[in-house]
Amino acid sequence: MSTTPELLVRGGTVVDATGERRADVRVVDGRVVEVAEGLEAPSGATVLDAGGCIVAPGLVDLHTHLREPGREEAETIETGTRAAALGGFTAVVAMPNTDPPLDSAESVRNVFALAEGAMAQVAVAGAITVGRAGERLAPMAELAALGVRLFTDDGDGVQSAGLMRRALQYATGLGVTLGQHCEDRSLAAGGTMHEGAWSSRLGLPGMPSEAEEVMVARDIALARATGGRVHFLHLSTAGSLDLVRRARADGVPVTAEVAPHHFTLTDGCAAGYDPVFKVNPPLRPQDDVDAVKAALADGTADAIATDHAPHAPELKDLPFDQAPPGMLGLQTAFALATTELDLPLARILALLSWQPAAIAGLGPDHGGTQGGPVAPGSVANLCVVDPAATWTVDPTALASRSRNTPYAGRTLTGRVRHTVLAGEPVVLDAEAQR
Amino acid sequence: MDDLDAPTIAEVLRVTDSFAEVGRRANPKVPALRGRTVATLFFEDSTRTRMSFETAAKRMSADVLSFSAGSSSVKKGESLRDTIETIQAIGMDAVIIRHSSSGVPARVAEWVDHCAVVNAGDGWHQHPTQALLDLYTVRQSLGGGQDGTDRFRGLRVTIVGDIRHSRVARSQIAAYAALGAEVTLVAPATLLPPSLEGWPIAGVSHDLDAVLASTDVISLLRLQAERGSGAYVPTMREYSAGYALTARRALQLPPEAIILHPGPMVRGVEIASEVAELPSARITDQVGNGVAVRMAVLFLLLGQGNLESEAV
Repeated sequence: MSTTPELLVRGGTVVDATGERRADVRVVDGRVVEVAEGLEAPSGATVLDAGGCIVAPGLVDLHTHLREPGREEAETIETGTRAAALGGFTAVVAMPNTDPPLDSAESVRNVFALAEGAMAQVAVAGAITVGRAGERLAPMAELAALGVRLFTDDGDGVQSAGLMRRALQYATGLGVTLGQHCEDRSLAAGGTMHEGAWSSRLGLPGMPSEAEEVMVARDIALARATGGRVHFLHLSTAGSLDLVRRARADGVPVTAEVAPHHFTLTDGCAAGYDPVFKVNPPLRPQDDVDAVKAALADGTADAIATDHAPHAPELKDLPFDQAPPGMLGLQTAFALATTELDLPLARILALLSWQPAAIAGLGPDHGGTQGGPVAPGSVANLCVVDPAATWTVDPTALASRSRNTPYAGRTLTGRVRHTVLAGEPVVLDAEAQR
Repeated sequence: MDDLDAPTIAEVLRVTDSFAEVGRRANPKVPALRGRTVATLFFEDSTRTRMSFETAAKRMSADVLSFSAGSSSVKKGESLRDTIETIQAIGMDAVIIRHSSSGVPARVAEWVDHCAVVNAGDGWHQHPTQALLDLYTVRQSLGGGQDGTDRFRGLRVTIVGDIRHSRVARSQIAAYAALGAEVTLVAPATLLPPSLEGWPIAGVSHDLDAVLASTDVISLLRLQAERGSGAYVPTMREYSAGYALTARRALQLPPEAIILHPGPMVRGVEIASEVAELPSARITDQVGNGVAVRMAVLFLLLGQGNLESEAV
């Protein structure tokens, strides 16, 4: 980063956790050196026009499937982080369900090595259990020593309450957080979509809301008992969010994320049997969509996380019940939030940047460089967004190796214009620079 | 089946009449589809439905290609989409699809351009020609005018058994309701769909004995053990005790009531052997009518008919 030239982000409004002000931002050697109105561009400096735009800390995705190693035909760290940068993200938390899974120091080191030079910081969520098999604990201390702050068996929930309790107890000693993909297998097994009116009519096996909710309730009890921190991944039902709301009022150490597709799409999208609408947890009815929006508005949900899940096209051409669940998310998350949520932009940025950064242990409070205030001395991880710009989602124009966006053809309001990673403008005017 | 309205169903039944007449001839063959090519794509085993469709196509002089998953490139890992595109490239006028996954015919209909798609049963979703042949069989039994569909208005139809996993039930309900019949579902709660919101039914009961006296048509569904529905009831014996049409129960039906079963029957589980042999049981008629109904469907899709060339 020391070789990047001086940078001036000019004409925008800076929004971060400390508030909002009209200011230009001058960056030298990867760090913010000056934040003030009317800064002059020194000769040789790169000037980023931020007129009419918001300059904010880079977005942080708590939930990204980069697929490398193991499923490089669907995504690689290079293509996934390019999509991230285009989506305004300067950091992503890579989920551990790769092949091999991220359940050992060796596999985590390998991902860090592969991520050198990537277009966004790649943090790693380690597996809670060996092989994500839910049988015995992964070497969490060894992974924590490499900087892993979040652990999850994502893709699967830890089915055994006893093992989850032990993992939480162990985690308290390491100061790490356990992320849970809440899905009770005895209720959800074989399910392909939300169990309800649509699944009944379409003749598709369903996953009931309770499959998520019983595990949320269970883990709240375990967090309360152990003091271990639980972060609930992609909550999707009104009942789950109510449980979290009450637990937090009681002071239980839990946080929650929700995914853009759960506040924008309903289970009725499956009516045409197109697996692009198959995701886990499944799309839910409108009442749940409304509950997710309400949880974002009242603070029950701490973060918007994409659950970016690329799948090769041939897999999404399988019959609905055989196709893998998951959808792309990195390049549409910000615009979906600004288009669909009736929230101030500063709230949306909190949900996409500094709040997830804190949960992931990537913020300044944990010695990290993500989500922090745009202030002199901080590493210049920034995004410049135009909240009024409209654009239409074209699957073939996305940077991901896969095409499985459920938003093809949808026109969104709100666009990421520039992304700056440690002082380097990796995205300029919505074009990736490498 | 949800998309077929009463006039369309009436037209199918009228055309079926003419083809039923063909079936009674010494040489039951007409040139209606000469030069047309029809493929049966059965990704799930089904001797009865496949034979019925192939017989229907051959009686109309169509060329019939038979494709089954077990003997095809599907076994070699070819994707469904590639299989369909290959078959379309060979040049088919219609594909008749049976698949264990709900929604496959609908997806295929989106993928093909100049080819009619007929749903021969998909997952738990729909089996439209089965419902149409049930209607035809009931109409035959009820008599009535040239059209005969007016006789369905207010007809009390009771569907018994594993409705949750049944494509036949979903198609039957839509078909009977389209013609104004009052459909009652009878099953243990575990064998009903998780939600009946928006279903065009008159009611639900867990007590078969209570509805028999007010039943004009009773349709029994097979308990689909291979779909794991065994776990939805404690034992077959307990299921039969509550939901099988026994000889004793058959006596509680009105004398003119019609007994239907889409087959294959499991005698002793959902229907007693002696009940299946009663004159009011039209199970064999159903099979025979199946060929004529399928001839009508193919004719309307490929002949000069005006049914939409979508998945029926």
